[in-house]
Amino acid sequence: MSAITSPLLDRRRLRPRELVWWLLALGYFFVFPEYLAVATSVLVMALFALSLDLLLGFAGVLSLGHAVPFGIGAYACALINLAGWHEAISGALAGGAIAGLFALLIGPLILRLSGLPFIMVTLGIGAVLYEAANKAVWLTGGDNGLPGVTLDPLLGVFRWSVLGQTGYLYALGWLFALFCLTRRLVASPFGMALQGIRENPRRMQLVGAPVLRHLVVAYGLASTIAGIAGALSAQTNAFVGLEVLSLNTSIDGLVMLVLGGVGRLYGGLVGAPVYMFVQHFAREWNPYYWMFLIGALLIIVVRFSRRGLIGLLDDLLARARQRLRR
Amino acid sequence: MSTLAFVLLYGVSYGLLLCIISVGLVVTMGLMRVVNLAHGAFAAIGGYLAMGLLTPLGVPFGLAIVLAVVAVAAFSVVIERLLYVHLYGASELDQVLLTVGINFIVVAGLTLAFGPNVLPTRLPASLATSVDLGFRSFETYRLLVLGVGVVVIGALWLVFERTALGARLRAAVDNRSMTQAIGIDVSRLFSIAFALGSGLAALGGALGAPLLPLEPLYPFKYLVLVLVIVALSGFGNIRATLLVAVFVGIVDTAGRYFLPDSGSFTLYVLLIVLIVWRPDGLLARRARR
Amino acid sequence: MSDLALEAVGLRKSFGALKVTDDVTLRLRPGARTALIGPNGAGKTTLVGLLSGTIRPDSGRIDLIGHDITAETPARRVKRGLVRTFQVSSLFAKLTLLENVFLAVSENAGASRDLWRPAGRRRDLISRAEAILERLHLGDQRRHLVTEVSYGVQRLLEIAIALALDPKVLLLDEPAAGIPAAEVAVLLDAVDSLPRDIAVLMIEHDMHVVRRFATEVSVLVHGRVLMTGPPADVMASPDVRAVYLGSAGQSRFAGEARDA
Repeated sequence: MSAITSPLLDRRRLRPRELVWWLLALGYFFVFPEYLAVATSVLVMALFALSLDLLLGFAGVLSLGHAVPFGIGAYACALINLAGWHEAISGALAGGAIAGLFALLIGPLILRLSGLPFIMVTLGIGAVLYEAANKAVWLTGGDNGLPGVTLDPLLGVFRWSVLGQTGYLYALGWLFALFCLTRRLVASPFGMALQGIRENPRRMQLVGAPVLRHLVVAYGLASTIAGIAGALSAQTNAFVGLEVLSLNTSIDGLVMLVLGGVGRLYGGLVGAPVYMFVQHFAREWNPYYWMFLIGALLIIVVRFSRRGLIGLLDDLLARARQRLRR
Repeated sequence: MSTLAFVLLYGVSYGLLLCIISVGLVVTMGLMRVVNLAHGAFAAIGGYLAMGLLTPLGVPFGLAIVLAVVAVAAFSVVIERLLYVHLYGASELDQVLLTVGINFIVVAGLTLAFGPNVLPTRLPASLATSVDLGFRSFETYRLLVLGVGVVVIGALWLVFERTALGARLRAAVDNRSMTQAIGIDVSRLFSIAFALGSGLAALGGALGAPLLPLEPLYPFKYLVLVLVIVALSGFGNIRATLLVAVFVGIVDTAGRYFLPDSGSFTLYVLLIVLIVWRPDGLLARRARR
Repeated sequence: MSDLALEAVGLRKSFGALKVTDDVTLRLRPGARTALIGPNGAGKTTLVGLLSGTIRPDSGRIDLIGHDITAETPARRVKRGLVRTFQVSSLFAKLTLLENVFLAVSENAGASRDLWRPAGRRRDLISRAEAILERLHLGDQRRHLVTEVSYGVQRLLEIAIALALDPKVLLLDEPAAGIPAAEVAVLLDAVDSLPRDIAVLMIEHDMHVVRRFATEVSVLVHGRVLMTGPPADVMASPDVRAVYLGSAGQSRFAGEARDA
């Protein structure tokens, strides 16, 4: 593939086909008003996958413990809420901030590692936190979780209806805002430096880049976004359970991202609805066939479709354009 | 004093079991440089085959274990040729995704075949006893595991250090391209190593079934522990794996015994600290910056 | 002695029982053009690693423009102006030439702290990157991917990246290695046109390049500096020729000495 354009340095403001996703998301609100609750979960997971894309797709950091900031954000937000602070937006920000803080604390220690030791540390930290949350029943409710998250009307005006209308638009708003910020970030000189680290860390070191510092910042930002996603999960479900810290959640995020396409920004946004849609139907059929399907899907993705659904879409569009030219 | 001896004995038998399961992964990861997160799946399959299929069918206990090991080893070669062969030299992400995918399929398969609950393992009457060691009584089976562990690891060490195959394996781990250059069929070596590793995992799973209960989520449950042992042993060193595994076994046992509330929490924290401190393995000399 | 650009004193490095660097002392004035030669396995690349910071010495001291950098990380040394190129090109393969140089320019300017402005809008950085590529006659290939250009161009890109970092001391590790003869001239012109105030240490095997480039030659054998001096003296030295006896460089070397 010959690239006579400079993709990184020529990033245009907004490509027209990007609007499609956001229009669809908005349209869904009007077309399927009875199915907003499950769609809100999809939006939350899309945000989670976006945060993982920043970490994996752009900084090249493969973490199997991304549920950690997600879960920390969720529990932090729930606890703040149960303590009496019921404002939604600040609650979500608080969850994100605490997750980000945790990341800034452990980041400098673990980001020195790479390869298998790093993967394992992320697995290990996930396991430790899951165990800790399991045992600390006084704080987390253990197996029973933390129910009863109640929110004040959004912006003082919009009540949280059972049908989930406010919830859906609230989550969509967060997703849009954080998406734009992330987009901005990866197009900045810092974002380019991250991609340089992903491509050739040794080279980046030898152009004088403070690699560890860059990675810690990226990890902190990705964790903050994941934390906000976790907080949104707590708020829109009015509940937090141990699931949010589980290996299952970490892997779900990874699979969604890979399914959509890593490093494309829209990967998580495309992968999440597809994944959860299939999951919904497969689970109805037989819960264990679902695991089978995911396993087979992963193997197929690795063997055949490296760049995810977006990559496939790109190929189709390229072929269509070629045909139009003739 | 007797408590200490008990904890030690218990921990060592547990550690040897972990060593049997982990050492196969040490070899394959050191040799093929593949992050094989599905290693535990072979252990689980071995265990389920022996305890869930063969023994209920009336096959004698020991024979069931042996048959399970052989079956898994043979089956693993097929998987290796079909799937793993594409991972040599592939990106870490690919390796993680593929092996996690295998894990999912195995977990789903085991659940469909044996149900989601823990599989109760019935020991033959002769083994379901306790031995009076003077200071405490100790399960006979654990002593058996201890004994078998010593024999197996000893035999493995002999193979590695004293046989031509072992020499070839060690050479390939040390310097793959050189080994290829002198005419050794490295891909066949990979298959042999993979079968060996998976067979050992199956042995660990089957032999250890009464100690490490079999459930469909087994491959994920012990994933972190096995990977950590492999990493701390520095990939490719049986002696180091043995030491680390026994260390882990003793620490975990002591933790559960003396601090029952924290469960495996302390162990994981300790292991994480160790990996961050010594990413090249506990016994590795710090050669680079 | 602080008018030296680079001073390395008593560098030692052993791997196990093997002494790869054995009490090496090296001094470069600003504007130096020093070539480091020696048979394969003499420890030249290890020396570059010690100087650039990717290998930690067992003992010895390294000063850069008067600062003691012995304990500093590679990235820190680059920021101070000690830059190296790689014998086997280490580039960002999936990015364009412009993006490769841009990354270096960006880090050099400290711009990677900018998390907000799109990189495409940083005309200051982009024009600097383009100017560097222009100077090496790579301007019209700037939008090509590294994987799409010839190896000779890739070696030039290594030098472009090095220049983008504002080097005070430049370590060139076999810059002409692997380039087909037709493209070497371009590279040599590039090396000739390096700013006069930079101190350059070049590792090379090719005696044509050494003669054209160097005002001083150091010979490294088994980790020790055998001799240092003007090229003509070094090449005529019987000790040096004895060292090269039996190695592939011998015939070329003997030819050079005959023609000298």
